[in-house]
Amino acid sequence: MSDGRRITLARMQTGQSGTIVQIQGGHGLINRFNSLGIRPGKRITKASSMIMRGPVTIEVDRAQVAIGFGMARRIIVELDEVIA
Amino acid sequence: MGSPNVGKSVVFSRLTGVHVIASNYPGTTVGYTRGFMKLGEERAEVIDVPGTYTLEPTSEAEEVASRMLNTGDVVINVVNATNLERNLYLTLQLLERDIPVVVALNMWDDTRHRGIHIDLDKLRELLGVPVIPTVAVTGQGIKELVESIPNATLPDTLVRSRDERWTTIGSIIDQVQRVTHRHHTWQERLGDASVKPLTGGIIALAALASAFMVIRLIGESLIGYVLEPLFDNLWAPVILRLSDLLGGGGFLHDIVIGKIAGGEVNFVESFGLLTTGLFVPFGMVLPYIIAFYLVLGLLEDIGYLPRLAVLMDTIMHRLGLHGYAIIPTLLGFGCNVPAVLATRILESKRERFIAATLISIAIPCAALQAMILGLVGQHGVQYVAIVYGTLFVVWIILGIIMNRAVKGFSPELLIEIPPYRLPSWRAVLQKLWMRVYGFLVEAIPIILGAVLVINVLYFLRVFDAIANVTAPVVTGLLGLPKEAVTAIVIGFLRKDVALGMLAPLALTAEQLVVGSVVLAMFFPCIATFVVLLRELGVVNLLKAVGIMIIAALVVGGILNLIL
Repeated sequence: MSDGRRITLARMQTGQSGTIVQIQGGHGLINRFNSLGIRPGKRITKASSMIMRGPVTIEVDRAQVAIGFGMARRIIVELDEVIA
Repeated sequence: MGSPNVGKSVVFSRLTGVHVIASNYPGTTVGYTRGFMKLGEERAEVIDVPGTYTLEPTSEAEEVASRMLNTGDVVINVVNATNLERNLYLTLQLLERDIPVVVALNMWDDTRHRGIHIDLDKLRELLGVPVIPTVAVTGQGIKELVESIPNATLPDTLVRSRDERWTTIGSIIDQVQRVTHRHHTWQERLGDASVKPLTGGIIALAALASAFMVIRLIGESLIGYVLEPLFDNLWAPVILRLSDLLGGGGFLHDIVIGKIAGGEVNFVESFGLLTTGLFVPFGMVLPYIIAFYLVLGLLEDIGYLPRLAVLMDTIMHRLGLHGYAIIPTLLGFGCNVPAVLATRILESKRERFIAATLISIAIPCAALQAMILGLVGQHGVQYVAIVYGTLFVVWIILGIIMNRAVKGFSPELLIEIPPYRLPSWRAVLQKLWMRVYGFLVEAIPIILGAVLVINVLYFLRVFDAIANVTAPVVTGLLGLPKEAVTAIVIGFLRKDVALGMLAPLALTAEQLVVGSVVLAMFFPCIATFVVLLRELGVVNLLKAVGIMIIAALVVGGILNLIL
């Protein structure tokens, strides 16, 4: 399924999907992410991103979450394999 | 208790019959409301608390929720059935506490068309507490929920770590939930479009422009076709008769009726309790209150506001805030009091200070806006535009300054975006009525009180004394006649009445613009002042007030120079 490429959520393209492998941050940040369903092992799809380092919107478990750009850089995602 | 935006307030209204404001965005409820319900033969107290994802709070609103937990005998944990997995984290934390729990699996009707199947019996067995499927907006399952409360149980009290809880949740989900694939709905497509830069920007502009136009259309129609005819044709003859009965003049006459010239009642300028005192709230402000809150209620219930927050995030960061601060700001266009309270959804003290100060300076409430449209609008739309434009520029510049000057940094946006929903008319109208009723009972006594105080102070010639002392500032700096200071003083009570006081002074359009802007910025009205004190504390309130006075004088002075 995955092509093994790991990038941050901030650098993902709109429409790309992948699996969260790691969240870099302190206890508090991880707790806040967790409570919104954002945890390692979760499949996500990037729904949109705003210009000028605005927030990133992702889809996780059929729900949408908006994440500030700086926070999105702390989420490491393993991209799904793209069938050309 | 439950996570944000799962429908706790709707369940609460269903249980108690007490209506509380409910909307389709996380963080609608920031304080708690008490109500009573019948439980068998007993009367039981029910408390509606703000939503929280965990029992480790990250904002003032969540803090309120955690504190309230310790005061209850039974917790009704409202859970969003379409998002079971992440909602269960709080459920597990609650189960670890020493308090019986019932789970209301709300939005149950949504699970079916989202392709989610939940095995209720299995879930009950695994959690060890009653689990009742509910659809709070229609009332489905509420009776069963009430019946289950006496059966609320205290299950295992095993305290787990964070990771252990997530493992447990994973295994529960595996056993009870099955999700089948289904296609995207048009609401979801529209939802995606409204958070993309280009389409989102277009949607935002269209939404805000049509909101503004609808508000004006409703407001003006209500005034032109309903309220002005009522006052002119029905109420004016009564006033004239009463004026005759009171002898056409004197202290009592002036307080009750005000000044009457040429056998005609001027409801705006006469300034009696039964003339201006009634016309300002009912004939000028109420129509716009109705129009504004109808449109706001629709935007809230559709679920548009969190999307606007995403779009505005980059701009708001320049002001030391993040996108979610747009929600209290929009509420401020109705009334600054709930707006300042709503800043509780922001995470840090710094953000709350900046947001509350900006709201009380640069966001005119519906009452003040109605008067601006009514009085300044007579001279032409361009003058109204100058007032709004100036306040907008003040909002931006002051925000940038505070972002630099106030220590600390602003946290980033992290919010759940609810699905778009078609609002129910019943719910929208009920919310509208609550807000209109709130205006009627809270504002009208103060408006009448303000008119009374104005008359007494005029009679005692107090205003003349104040006017002479402040003349250098009011006339010299702001270019207003010295009597205009009375309006600024009364602005502390009600801004709508205050702006009304400028009407008899025969000001030019430019002077009205200066007056409107200064009144909007100068000082919060007493109701806002009280919540600011409570929410910010004395020191920060004084800072905020200092900023307001300086900003109002500077901006008023500049406007006077350039207009």
